[in-house]
Amino acid sequence: MVSLFRKRKVAQVPVRDERFQIQVRGLHKRFGDNEVLRGVDLDIERHQINIIIGGSGQGKSVLLKHLIGLIKPDQGQILVDGMDIVPLKDYQLNEVRRKFGMLFQYAALFDSLTVEENVAFPLVEHTKKSKAEVREIVRAKLDALGLHGTEKRFPSELSGGMRKRVGLARALVLEPDILMYDEPTTGLDPIATKNVDNMIAETAERLGVTSVVISHDMASTFRIGDRIAMLNEGTIVVVGTPAEIMHNDHPVLREFLTTSGVVGHR
Amino acid sequence: MSNGSAAAQTPRRRMAQDAGRLVGKATGPALNVLEEIGNTVTLMGQAFFWLFRRPFRWRQMLQSMEFIGVDSIPVILLVGLFVGAAFSLQTVSAFRMFSADAMVGSTVTLALCRELGPVLAAIMVTARVGSAMATELGSMRITEQIDALHTMAVNPVQYLVTPRIVASIIMVPLLNMVFVVVGVLGAYLVAVGVLGVDKGYFLSNIDWYVDIEDIVQGLVKASVFGLALSSIGCYQGFYAKGGARGVGLATTRAVVQACVSILVLDYFLTDVLFAVQG
Repeated sequence: MVSLFRKRKVAQVPVRDERFQIQVRGLHKRFGDNEVLRGVDLDIERHQINIIIGGSGQGKSVLLKHLIGLIKPDQGQILVDGMDIVPLKDYQLNEVRRKFGMLFQYAALFDSLTVEENVAFPLVEHTKKSKAEVREIVRAKLDALGLHGTEKRFPSELSGGMRKRVGLARALVLEPDILMYDEPTTGLDPIATKNVDNMIAETAERLGVTSVVISHDMASTFRIGDRIAMLNEGTIVVVGTPAEIMHNDHPVLREFLTTSGVVGHR
Repeated sequence: MSNGSAAAQTPRRRMAQDAGRLVGKATGPALNVLEEIGNTVTLMGQAFFWLFRRPFRWRQMLQSMEFIGVDSIPVILLVGLFVGAAFSLQTVSAFRMFSADAMVGSTVTLALCRELGPVLAAIMVTARVGSAMATELGSMRITEQIDALHTMAVNPVQYLVTPRIVASIIMVPLLNMVFVVVGVLGAYLVAVGVLGVDKGYFLSNIDWYVDIEDIVQGLVKASVFGLALSSIGCYQGFYAKGGARGVGLATTRAVVQACVSILVLDYFLTDVLFAVQG
C-alpha cells in the first residue's frame, strides 16, 4: 500500500510467529519536541531471557512501558501473542496485563503495606482464594526467594536487594507468562547484582517464563542473556545472541563493550 | 512556522506578531488556570465513573474516612473552640455599644453555621489532609507505585482517588458540625462565663433565630468544599512529576488552590443557596 501523502514507511503487519511472544513493529513515540522512539522493530523470543541494552535516556524504559500498555505509542504496533494491544482500551488491556509481571527499577512496592500484603496484592485483587490459601502461596513465594520471616516488615525496613526480591515475588505470584525487569541491578553492590542475576536466570529456567530485561549493566547482560538487542537513538541497532553481539562492529556497541570491560581494547 | 522569512519583516506583520505575543502573555496564566481546573474536574469525573464499578473499595473508603474525619477531630475541636471564643469576644464588645449583647449567641451561631464552620473546617482539612493526599499520591507516582497498580491490572483512580474524594464529601460536613458545636460552646463560655452576658437570652435567641436551613446551608457548603479540596489534592499528587521537588511543588499547589477554591466557591454557593432557600 503506497500513499503519496505519507512520507514515513507504513509498518508492515508482522506475520505471526510462534517463536515470538511479543512482536513490535514501527514504534514511534515523542514527548513534546523529544522524539524518543523512532521506529522500533523488536521480537521478544518465547521462554528466553531477552535483554535490551542502551545508554541512559535512549528510551529503554519508555519501550518497556509500551510493551505492557502503560504508554500509548504515536504510531506502530505491539503484538502480544499475536494480538495488537495498541488500540485496546484500558479495561481490555487489563486482560492482557494479567500475562505480565513487572519488576520496577526500585521495586515500586506499596510502602503503606507490609511485605506479605504487597505480595498478596495481585492474589487478593484477581483471585477468589481464601485468606489461608493466599497466606500459604505468599509464604511459599517468599521462602523460594530467600525472604523467610520478612512477612510482617514494611518495604522501608528492607535493603535494596531484598526489596527487589519482594518485587519479584509480587510479580510472580499470579504466575505470568512474561516477566519484565526495569534495570534490575541498578544501585546494587556487585554481590547483590550477582544474586539478582541468578534470581532472574533461575526464575526463567524454573518457570519457563519469557523474560524481558532492560539493562545497561554489560557484565550481567552477558552472564544471563539469551538474546540481546541494543536500543540507540530511538531504534534497535543490533540484535543477536551474546556471541554475535560480542563480535558486532557497531561503534556505540563497541564503546559500550570496551568501557564496561567486557572485552578489551582492540 | 513562517517567522524569520521575508514576510515577517514587514511592519504590519511584525505588529500583528507583537500583538499576538502580548495577547498570549496576557491570557496565558488565565488559560493555565482554566486548563488546571479542567484537568481536575476530569479526574473528578473519572473518580465518579469508577465509583459505580466493581470491585467496590470499601476498605480504602473506610480508611480514608478514618484519616480524613476521625483523625481531624482534635484539630477541629481546638480551632472551633477558639474561633467561637474570639468571635464572641468581638461581638460582645461591639454589641455592648448599643446594648444588644443579648443577640451575641444567635449572631455567633448563625455565622458559625453558615460561614465560619464550613469554611474553616474545610481549610483545616485542606491543611491536614489535602496536603497529605498530594504528598502521598505524588510519592506513589514518582516511585512508580501508580504504574505498578496499572501493571497489576488495578485501576489507580478507582483504588486511590475515588475513596479519598467520597470520604471527603462525607466527612467534611460532619467535621463542620463538630466545629459549629464547639464554636458555640466557646462563644458561650466567653460571653456568659467571662463577660457576663445573660445566659437565658444567649440560648433562647439561638433557638429563635437559627433555623434548620442555616444548618443545611453549612452542610451543603462543607460537602462541596470536601469535593473540591480532595479533587485538587488528588489531582496534584496523581500527576506529580520531577522527583522530590515535584512532590513538594504539588503539595504547595494543592493547598493554595484548595484554599482559594474554597473561599471563591463559598461566595457563589452562598449566593445560590440564599436564592434557593429564599
